[in-house]
Amino acid sequence: MAQKALSEKLAILADAAKYDASCASSGGERRNSRAGKSLGSTTGAGICHAWAPDGRCISLLKILLTNFCIYDCAYCINRASSGVERARFTVEEVVTLTLEFYRRNYIEGLFLSSGIIRSPDETMADMVRVARTLREREHFRGYIHLKTIPDAAPELIAEAGKWADRLSINVELPTEDALSSLAPEKSVHTIHGAMAEVKARGEAAKDRTKRGTRAPRFAPAGQSTQMIIGADPASDGEILHRSARLYGDYALRRVYYSAFSPIPDASKMLPLIRPPLVREHRLYQADWLMRNYGFDAPEIAAPGKNLDLEIDPKLAWALANRQHFPLDVNRAPREMLLRVPGIGTRSVERILKARRYRTLRYEDLVAIGCVIRNAEPFITLPGWSPRGLPDDANLRARFAPPPEQLSLF
Amino acid sequence: MQVVLPRIGTVAAWRKEARRLAAAGVAPEAVIWSVGTAAPDLFAAALPTAAGAVALTLPRVAVEGLETALMHSDPERFARAYALVLRLSRRELRWGDRSDPMMRRVLDQEKAVRRDIHKMHAFVRFREVTPPGANRRAFAAWFEPDHHILEAGAPFFARRFGDMDWLIATPTLTARFECGEMQISETCDTRPPPADATEHLWRVYFANIFNPARLMVQAMQSNMPRKYWKNLPEADLIPELIRSAPARVAAMREAEAQMPDPRLQKRLSAIAAQRIKD
Repeated sequence: MAQKALSEKLAILADAAKYDASCASSGGERRNSRAGKSLGSTTGAGICHAWAPDGRCISLLKILLTNFCIYDCAYCINRASSGVERARFTVEEVVTLTLEFYRRNYIEGLFLSSGIIRSPDETMADMVRVARTLREREHFRGYIHLKTIPDAAPELIAEAGKWADRLSINVELPTEDALSSLAPEKSVHTIHGAMAEVKARGEAAKDRTKRGTRAPRFAPAGQSTQMIIGADPASDGEILHRSARLYGDYALRRVYYSAFSPIPDASKMLPLIRPPLVREHRLYQADWLMRNYGFDAPEIAAPGKNLDLEIDPKLAWALANRQHFPLDVNRAPREMLLRVPGIGTRSVERILKARRYRTLRYEDLVAIGCVIRNAEPFITLPGWSPRGLPDDANLRARFAPPPEQLSLF
Repeated sequence: MQVVLPRIGTVAAWRKEARRLAAAGVAPEAVIWSVGTAAPDLFAAALPTAAGAVALTLPRVAVEGLETALMHSDPERFARAYALVLRLSRRELRWGDRSDPMMRRVLDQEKAVRRDIHKMHAFVRFREVTPPGANRRAFAAWFEPDHHILEAGAPFFARRFGDMDWLIATPTLTARFECGEMQISETCDTRPPPADATEHLWRVYFANIFNPARLMVQAMQSNMPRKYWKNLPEADLIPELIRSAPARVAAMREAEAQMPDPRLQKRLSAIAAQRIKD
């Protein structure tokens, strides 16, 4: 077979990587190369260097080492039975691309994933070699995210964590049944086992040894995972319950939700649908509520229930739990303020700070940056009283888009 | 009276002048601020009076916030900041109180400057200009910020690209990093650096990482406004990617409906049979 040019390989292997939602380059340690001997820095915050017309940010060079794969996961463009064009990068090619893109300030670093060739261990070893070359030979201090192969040997995972900032292992589908029918070679137990391994090593790396020396570095930006939404019939309640468990049991930094979108050469087992983008958006909102607003998964969506697609989950919760409202903005505790629609974490901090000096009025909330229209029915303060609004039976209609006449044609 | 601030080190000079004026008890409305070489002010008085002197004491966040807001392009910023520090020092106002219109204006300008700096860190695109035989690689970029942020934005690049020489030129100032030393000077060459072969690979990547099934142009434009496009090597691909997306998705659907998948079906039925046996 003729050797493909670098740009052809890049086209194939970037195309194959675009179904991974994560492009985060945040978290972890701060490094720089000011001393002049190396290249790269991480600030802890992450930077998006470009946006594609799909509205997603491009922060990392997100590519596959190869899209040859011996697995046959029905939802995946690279599955063994797919007719997609195949290519394979060498370790040197990935290293060069990463460094040349980085030097021109196109990217924050590398997100490397791979199809499984020959065996999980050999594939993982190749990925680790890329990360090691970047760090040891090229003195690269930018961000590296490695997609970990769950069946790979623990020593390889340990070495991956030594070089990478973040590791991720995809749970792929929200339920075990869906995984075993759509991804016959993968198993929930192996995936969870690998996550537990990453968590344990991450914790060990934060400890000091008995003599007070630091333990070896291990993926300082933690681990994340991804679930495909809409390829199987799982409800949002189940999905959020699963996420809550993943956050709790394996200390994940993020769970990404990826709306299943049509792929070239798709398997016939999967629905011919438009990607459920609104549902994906609502799940991210719900996930945010769990991580930053103190909500529990069952409060947002009970098992077997789906999220309301027309209004956001926080508003839906407030409408369903009106006994807590209206809330006195000048007296309510932080955890209740966080539950008011239209008031975000930053607004809550500003309210708490301003409250120390004086009583807040309605106009102040506008200045603070609250989305006042959403908050109005749920709050009371000088200058505003919601009167009967909290008990109004038609309150939902104030927020939901107007009902639409179905088209006859 | 008139105060002329230098083009380089503007904020630090403002700080020094503000202290001096406050110590002399000069009222905010009596000062005309400008940058560079201003035309002489016919009504400028020479000597300030010493009555009503104010010692400037500000919390740290206020100093940082003000110094950031002072990089804004608004020509009124120096006068506003001086009036504000006097009020803050006399305890007439609390830093961060958004109910005060002047305070809010400064906070909003601070935010705009921070965003501009962040966008600079994201959208500067270097092109290689290494001279033959050099032992350090050299890169250059042309960038057009909204505000006067080059001095505040450039140290980031010094921390990131420590092992190479680089230059970032803006319409007013240029930052130059050579052998580990950074310098700011006035811009003399306003031509963008010549194109670089690696840009082709970057454009290939940009076109292929885009998923046509999830077209969301609004989300892209709010984060990457059009004003930046002309200096981004990948941006001229965008209109064609948007235009061809629906046809690409339709083609995927067509192919989907026709594709038989015997290997997968066979494997799945084998797994199902195995399950029943277990």
